[in-house]
Amino acid sequence: MSRPVLETRDLTIRFGGHVAVDHVSAGFHAGTLTAIVGPNGAGKTTYFNLISGQLPASAGAVHLDGTEITPLGAAARTRLGIGRAFQLTNLFPSLTVHENVRLAVQARAGGGGNILARWSSRRDWIERADHFIAAANLQDKRDLPAVALPHGDKRKLEVAIMMALEPRVFMFDEPTAGMSVDDVPVILDLIRKLKDEGDKTILLVEHKMDVVKSLADRIVVLHNGRLVADGEPIEVIGSPIVQEAYLGVAANGGGHG
Amino acid sequence: MINAVLSGDLPRSRVLSAALVVILVVLASAPFIFDGAQAINTSAKICVFIVLVASYDLLLGYTGIVSFAHTMFYGIGGYGVGLALYGWGATWSSAATGLVLALAAGIVLALVIGLFSLRVRAIFYAMVTLAVASAFAILAGQLSDITGGEDGRSFRVPELLRPGFRLIDAPVLGTQITGRVIAYYIVFVSALVLFLAGLRIVNSPFGRVLQAIRENDFRAEALGYRTVYYRTAANCLAAGMAVLAGALNALWLRYTGPDTTLSFAIMLDILLMVVIGGMGTMYGAVLGATLFIVAQNYLQKLMGTASKATEALPLLPNLLHPDRWLLWLGILFVLSVYFFPTGIVGKLRQRRG
Repeated sequence: MSRPVLETRDLTIRFGGHVAVDHVSAGFHAGTLTAIVGPNGAGKTTYFNLISGQLPASAGAVHLDGTEITPLGAAARTRLGIGRAFQLTNLFPSLTVHENVRLAVQARAGGGGNILARWSSRRDWIERADHFIAAANLQDKRDLPAVALPHGDKRKLEVAIMMALEPRVFMFDEPTAGMSVDDVPVILDLIRKLKDEGDKTILLVEHKMDVVKSLADRIVVLHNGRLVADGEPIEVIGSPIVQEAYLGVAANGGGHG
Repeated sequence: MINAVLSGDLPRSRVLSAALVVILVVLASAPFIFDGAQAINTSAKICVFIVLVASYDLLLGYTGIVSFAHTMFYGIGGYGVGLALYGWGATWSSAATGLVLALAAGIVLALVIGLFSLRVRAIFYAMVTLAVASAFAILAGQLSDITGGEDGRSFRVPELLRPGFRLIDAPVLGTQITGRVIAYYIVFVSALVLFLAGLRIVNSPFGRVLQAIRENDFRAEALGYRTVYYRTAANCLAAGMAVLAGALNALWLRYTGPDTTLSFAIMLDILLMVVIGGMGTMYGAVLGATLFIVAQNYLQKLMGTASKATEALPLLPNLLHPDRWLLWLGILFVLSVYFFPTGIVGKLRQRRG
């Protein structure tokens, strides 16, 4: 197979004596959606934080297109094309939905340093932002402040912001958590469309096994910070170690094992 | 047209628009409608403080940076122009040289403070600015050979701005066009331009990034914005505006000294004006500065009148004695923060919806 777009090599982080992510090596290819599963506390979100630069690695490396990006901060990694939607909603609360998305469009265009133009004068950025707002089905809420949105809409906005960054690597951290039944398909359709474009590298942390089964090309299982299984969905789900570590609990406990 | 001048950020409240128009008209025609020196001095001070407070709003209200060094930059502007006119003679070129040096010094200082300390938490940054500003104030007081020490420096301004200068012999609309009137209009027009420039900055793509940083700097960083650079740039812009405000003030007063520019009392006044007017609104600077300075200058007079009028009553004349004006200003401040936590502008916009 071709060179992976994103790769982690022995990526590790320790908090005091606790090793939250323990020598995780994995490559992620363009056009592939990889689901990252594992019980709570397995280190999935921490692994994401190491990739997108919110946390510095204790050891190991992150490579993007074969270039090491481990020393770079979050802002620099985003500019290189790593997009992240956060699990705990992370928005600009008193700015409107449009402004939230527009800030991402502007970041992508590298236009944040312009102090002389009027914010309202960039029709192209406004339209671009509105395009992503419509894609996330938020057009009716365009001018509401983010803080006023119901939970499901905040999640959608979170995803719309990442889409507006137009990254090459998309990192979804439980995008449908806490969403109403009506809202979930909107997000899943968005992810599916991205996947169908064929050139995007998508990482998805998700608890709902039906979602994982329907979307994932590949499953990576983390357990106690270690990578314990990696492969095709069918073989991973069937493997004894996964049955024991994760799915056994999930089958009994309703998806939150 | 108006939309373009205001950078698309309209007052969005009828009462607010009316208040702004009244303030603009009164300030624009002050030399023609007021007689006494006090009214003109008050008008000029309002113009200067609108710029000073607006530039502080850029920091506090838009970027969420708490700085106590704003009067230091104000002082650098005042001393830059003042000492240049004092030392190099009352010419335009020495005023301009002083201004350019002051601007450069102010912006470099803001850059250094910003790059070194805007990475740390907000409270530490506030402490750093407090320390630097105190050191600067002490320095200005101690270096009396250069700065005039605690007494400051009185200096002569260029011919055109002197009270004895007559632009034309005949009075216009009943007012003699003296150098003071010209000086007033230099202050007024500069303040207007600087305020509109500030409004443009906060409504630019850059300004929205500042707001994003105020709201959630973690997320702004995750979008790819280097927040330290944006914070530092905001710091430098605000410092530059404060330097210009200080220069205008010195030109108007023909005096520069620690009490009029560097004192911590002024820093507190600026804070109060921003909070009373409404943080993060720019227009709040106009209302806050105007109300505060008018109250500062006329509350005592008003109280004197009230005290006399209530002479026959017990206790009341004592409470209303002009010496108690700070007490009443304090009460007014507490009430306004209690009833308008988002400032006057926030309250007005909210009511209109």
